[in-house]
Order: sequence, then C-alpha cells, then structure tokens
Amino acid sequence: MRDKILAVIEKNSRIDLRELAILLGEDETIIANAIADMEKEHIICGYHTLINWDNTSEEKVTALIEVRVTPQRGRGFDNFAERIMKYPEVNAVYLMSGAYDFTVILEGKTMRGVSQFVTEKLSVLDQVMSTATYFILKKYKDHGIVLVDETKEDERMKITP
Amino acid sequence: MKDPISKVCREIQPSGIRKFFDVVNEMPDAISLGVGEPDFDTPWHIREEGIYSLEHGRTYYTSNAGLKELKEEICLYLKRKFNLSYQEQQILVTIGGSEAIDIGLRAMVDPGDEVLIPEPCYVSYLPCTQLTHAVPVPLPLKEENEFQLTAAEVEENCTDKTKVLILPFPNNPTGAVLTRKNLEEIAKVCVERDIYVISDEIYAELTYGEKHVSIAELPGMAERTIVINGFSKAFAMTGWRLGYAAGPQEIIDQMIKIHQFAIMCAPTTSQYAAVEALRNGDDDVANMTEAYNQRRRYLLHELRRIGMDCFEARGAFYVFPSVKKYGMTSEEFATRLLEEQKVAVVPGSAFGSSGEGYIRISYAYSLESLKKALERVEEFVKTLTVKEA
Repeated sequence: MRDKILAVIEKNSRIDLRELAILLGEDETIIANAIADMEKEHIICGYHTLINWDNTSEEKVTALIEVRVTPQRGRGFDNFAERIMKYPEVNAVYLMSGAYDFTVILEGKTMRGVSQFVTEKLSVLDQVMSTATYFILKKYKDHGIVLVDETKEDERMKITP
Repeated sequence: MKDPISKVCREIQPSGIRKFFDVVNEMPDAISLGVGEPDFDTPWHIREEGIYSLEHGRTYYTSNAGLKELKEEICLYLKRKFNLSYQEQQILVTIGGSEAIDIGLRAMVDPGDEVLIPEPCYVSYLPCTQLTHAVPVPLPLKEENEFQLTAAEVEENCTDKTKVLILPFPNNPTGAVLTRKNLEEIAKVCVERDIYVISDEIYAELTYGEKHVSIAELPGMAERTIVINGFSKAFAMTGWRLGYAAGPQEIIDQMIKIHQFAIMCAPTTSQYAAVEALRNGDDDVANMTEAYNQRRRYLLHELRRIGMDCFEARGAFYVFPSVKKYGMTSEEFATRLLEEQKVAVVPGSAFGSSGEGYIRISYAYSLESLKKALERVEEFVKTLTVKEA
C-alpha cells in the first residue's frame, strides 16, 4: 500500500485524500494514517513544487560541482557533507562512487555568486582536494517531467472497436 | 450484369461502430470515451529498437511465421506469464490479433460448421466466421453473471456441428474476466463435446484482481486451443500491428500456410521492437496496468455516484454500464449524450444484440480527461428520468 501511495503522490502531491482513496480502492482513514506515518518516518520529506524557472523572469543559475575530498579518520565523508549541506544555496549533496567523491548542486542568482561560493566557501575547506564546476545551460527534463514545450494532442481516432 | 460483390460479403453487416465514428468525427470539440486502444505511447526503449532496426537496414521480409528470435521470446513469455508450454515452431506471428482470428477460423472450420461466439464481443468474430461460410451461433452473456460465459451456456448451444468456441476474455466491450473454476467447467464441456477453442487473450495482461488464466493451461486443452495474443494492449503497440497465435502444431502449420499466401510475414520493424518488449518490458506493463486500475476504480466510483448501474469490470480497459433504467436504447443514449454533452461512448449494441441496453466506456484516457468527461456525463444523466422496472 505504501508503495502505491508513494507512486501516486510522487507525481501529484496535491491530490486530495478522497480521490487518492478512490484510485487505490482503499479506505480514506487508512490512507491518511499511512501518509502520516510516512511523514513521521521521514519517508515523505516534503511536498515541493516543480518549477521551470526558465519560463519566469527570475534569473537563476544552477551549477553542478564535483568535489574530491580527503576522508577523515573515524568520520569518513560525513564531516564534509554536514558542513556543506548547511548552506541554504546548496540544493543537493550526494556522495558518489567513481572518480570523485561528492556532487554538490548549487542554485545561485548569478554566476558570480556561484563562483564566490566555490572559491570562498568550498575550496577553502581543509578536506577539499579539488573541485570542478559545471553550469547547467538548459533543463530538458527534471524529476521525470519534460520541461521543454511538448504539448501533445490525442491523435488517436475517436472511436475504435 | 454480374453482381460484382460476393453473396457472403453482401451478407456481412457494416460495423455499428463505423456509423457512430462518422458522427463523432464531425464534432471536433467532442470528448471521446470511445477508444479501444491505450493512451500510452509505446515505451521508448521499444520504439528505439524499432528505429534501430531501421537504421541497420533490416527492411526485408522475415520468415513467414516470424523471426525465430521473437518466437522464442514469445514462448518464454507465455511460460513466464501464463504457464503455457509451447515450442518455437508452434508460434505464428501475425498482423495483430485480428489476423490470427481470421486465419485461425479459416484453418479450422468448414462451411456449415457452427462457431460459438459469446456476445457482446469484439466486432470481428462474426464476419470472419461468415466469410468461412460457417454458421455463427451467438451466446448471449448476462449481466447477472457479470458477463461471464458459463459451461451451461456452451453445453446448451452445442450441436453435432459445433466445431469452435471463441473465448474472448478479458472481454471487450464488457471488461469481464473468467475465473479458473469457470474455465475448468467450460474446458470439461469442450473435451466432452470435442470442441476446439480460439482463445482471444489480447487483454490478458490487463486484469485487476486475479491474474489471467488461459484455458490452454488446463488439462486436455492445449491440444484443442489456439491462443491469440499480441502487443497492442499490453505494450501499447496498436499501430505496430503485431500479434501471434500459439497452438497445436497441426493447426499452426495450416495457419502458416494461409498466412504465407495472404500476408507473407508480419512487419519486420515491429517484430524487432517486439523482441525488446518481451525481453525488457515487464515493468512497463506493470506500470500501465496499475494506471488503468486506478482509472477503473475512479470511473466505477463516479458512475455509481451519479446513479448509473455498473457491474465491477475486472479486465481490459472498459466498463459497461447499463442504461436500461432510463428507458432508452444504447444508441439513443449514446446519440443524445453526444449531441447534448458532446461525449462519445460506444453503444453496447455495436458489439452484438445482447449488448443492447449498455454502453461501453473506455478508460484508456488520462485521469484529467476522464474527470472532464464524467462531469458532462453527470450533467446529462441529471436530465434523465429513471423508469421503474
């Protein structure tokens, strides 16, 4: 049941409880309780809105930063992650397998803002060995949703056997 | 002057759907709930295999019965999903399930043989039977049985001339499914009365509750059953025109004979795409089935809320509500719904006379479209008076 609830609300967090209950063929209270439990257990961590900022007048830049880090005795990589994730402009921090250690996704208003963060906040940390910053030029698809204009008419014949 | 048209062709009634189709097409702003194919696009990895095969110039015929690779995958699939055991030589890849219905009948029945056809049902069984000069014997299914075929109905309509039973479940247009118990009883009659079965299982993946059971799985049935399945509904591949038949070697060999003279082979691009569908498409099917199930629950809930009588359909992507209490025929209801609220549904009577009094509503539409359409259906139903039986 939890899987089914999550699959629906991952795509549409605004769906109302009554409708969700109908779709899943379950009692409304059971669904409500399951959601409340998953919120408590931090399985559901928020109800965000997917915004295509490119279509607004707001200027935003998103950067993806590869970071190589020296792990610390006893704490591994946690120390770095905990420090860096406290910055509000940091959108995501992932520990990676492969050629580098962290992906840090940063949202800033300007490229200068982002480069300031990298040079003044990130690179200066003792554990950081190197960084490589990539700016995102265009988002085609985000969170499973295609952002570029793709309105599609129903082209099927209207009546078929 | 000689009649340019054969007698048997003249006898075939034009499809009841066609007439409706023409009316709906004149109305660009009509919302349709009349479609018999998935709203999903074919999953991209499957489309890509089709494209890839074109890029590599695989634009020639395949062997008559289909790509060996595909037939082997079909065998694995039928085993994995429905516990059916076939060898690769027992598979014939066809142009959709439709071709398999046609040539299956042509391979099996002689003029004068009787073919049992449960109704309401898909529109092609009757004309395909007529074209073989066999005699179609409709088995009217009843709402009180949730439109399931019963062994008694088969038994009662059997004669010495009965050759084939068409078994179209999960059913278009009713959404009915048959249970294992149900099938065991029917199988018993088929064995006792020596009847062959053409089991049209094109909607087999789309059941919402018990998993589909193929009659060919039951004892004594594999040797007298042609299983028809395909890619259209399960993998959202209607336009690729690809289906298949699996059955006893003797019958399949004869079907291949007709197929090679009439068709040559199924489209090569589609066959390559279908290999990918069977190898890596199980998750797609599961996701689409879950989406259909949610819409099915929504639709049943809403139809009942606005006061329509509707049995719980557990298969395909149709519900089949009754309009009898409004004192209208299926066609009147569908025509007025279209004229007054611009919503197109298919009158049940288009699927055989026992579909009279019902309409077929498809849920191969996004939830948003269904919501919009249902608002209009509600407005329409509000204007009707219920006639007490």
